[in-house]
Amino acid sequence: MSARIPLVLLACGSFNPITNQHMRLFELARDHLHQTGQFQVVGGIVSPVSDGYGKQGLVLAKHRIAMARLALQSSDWVSVDDWESQQPDWTETVVTMRYHYGRILKQYQEGTGKDSGPTTNSHHLTSSSPRLKLLCGADFLDTFKVPGLWLDDHVEEVAGRFGLVCVSRGDLEPERAVHESETLSRHWRNIFLVREWVRNETSATEVRRALRRGLSVKYLLPDSVIKYIHQHNLYTGDSELKNKDVLLRPLTKQTEMPVKTLDD
Amino acid sequence: MEPQDLTKVVLLACGSFNPITNMHLRMFELARDYLEDTGQYIVVRGIISAVGDGYKKKGLIEACHRVDMARLATDTSDWIKVDAWESQQPDWVETAKVMRHHYKELMTAEQNNDYVDTAKKRRIEATKHAFEDPSSYHTRRDNGPQLKLLCGADVLESFGVPNLWKHEDIAEIVGRYGLVCITRNGCDAHKFIHQSEVLWKHRKNIHVVREWVTNEISATHVRRALCRGQTVRYLLPDPVVSYIREHGLYSAESEQKNADVVLAPLQRHTGPSSS
Repeated sequence: MSARIPLVLLACGSFNPITNQHMRLFELARDHLHQTGQFQVVGGIVSPVSDGYGKQGLVLAKHRIAMARLALQSSDWVSVDDWESQQPDWTETVVTMRYHYGRILKQYQEGTGKDSGPTTNSHHLTSSSPRLKLLCGADFLDTFKVPGLWLDDHVEEVAGRFGLVCVSRGDLEPERAVHESETLSRHWRNIFLVREWVRNETSATEVRRALRRGLSVKYLLPDSVIKYIHQHNLYTGDSELKNKDVLLRPLTKQTEMPVKTLDD
Repeated sequence: MEPQDLTKVVLLACGSFNPITNMHLRMFELARDYLEDTGQYIVVRGIISAVGDGYKKKGLIEACHRVDMARLATDTSDWIKVDAWESQQPDWVETAKVMRHHYKELMTAEQNNDYVDTAKKRRIEATKHAFEDPSSYHTRRDNGPQLKLLCGADVLESFGVPNLWKHEDIAEIVGRYGLVCITRNGCDAHKFIHQSEVLWKHRKNIHVVREWVTNEISATHVRRALCRGQTVRYLLPDPVVSYIREHGLYSAESEQKNADVVLAPLQRHTGPSSS
């Protein structure tokens, strides 16, 4: 029996705020990857984007981190990481992935060589070092097409070196986005498409809209997150106007100072 | 409008709740927001009434479990409650009868609260007597709570399924009480109302609530996922997911329950005797 490859799933995004649907992505992805027989998902990371991203309506990172922590309290395998949110400027996804991959690899290398005790997932002999894959929704694949948002080399690295796990939503067809991109098509073996049959279009955008209008969002996010939002009076008419006339940071940063690819 | 001028509403949801999901719970929240947004109503209570085992729907697990799960799910709600009366009846109970039962309870509670205001007490008594007469459809009561059936568009459209509903029951539900229908597709719901004489007649009593965030967490899908060992986390409240696991509910076997049995309403309405 060949050993399964250990895998960590990383989700980058605004998480503005985190919703049940975000957390469901992890659960669906894990099920799917386990069913392929090739992988053992050993961890999940939620990495909220930094304030430097400049997206309209983005509330302070400290709040988005706090809410994600509250939401994931009840999860025994997914956790929040604030490294990306702490960086002074917006961080390219590929840089965030390199950081987490380096960290995971180091942990693994420190762990083996000693007689380490059983880990939570060790009933499958994981002889190989863990991999890192980017977890996202189908709408994320479409962002690869937006001019100036991604450098080609970065798409190559995310899809080729790491890999993507993409959960479909609504009518979006991730197969089409893969098909229409040369880079993604080439790495189709590294891109796992997960079908979410339950149509659940709980988008953070809709949640913010409901909150602005004083409407209920109960059962769309954990109660603890709703409580936090009310306590700190997040998501008002004003908060949605933040960054209104600001250009999204990726569109300015990557032309000023593109991040080196690994080959340089 | 002053708070005392608002009409009090109690929302009643009847269904299998097999199992209860976040979508069921959302319906209550959406309905309350919608009604209170009109400025005419104040929603004071939500009631979940799980159908009895006598309904004989395929895959329907024991009522005691369905009620327990609904209780766990509404633990964190301060206005939605579970009522086990319908689930405890030995035979299937028509929805109109369930509504009558709950309406009676509401009126009794209201009466007991107002022992001081004798004028109001007289009005409530008069309403109760009128209520006993099924041929009268009083819909306006001075600040007495109104009971409305909360449902999805599928229930509304099920009014058209032959032998599933008695014509007079539909008339009573929309005439005497009222319907709050949550739907993704407002056009279809309005079209359905338009094409039905009885629904059209009582259209003022039918509130169609658009659900902008599509949330089709069907219990059928949830059961399918559970049978296949797939995750249902975040589709139902965590305590319900735990309960299902602890009790080993929902398997290929449980899905076969009542497989060869005719649904109770169809049995009753096509039977030799009719009411």
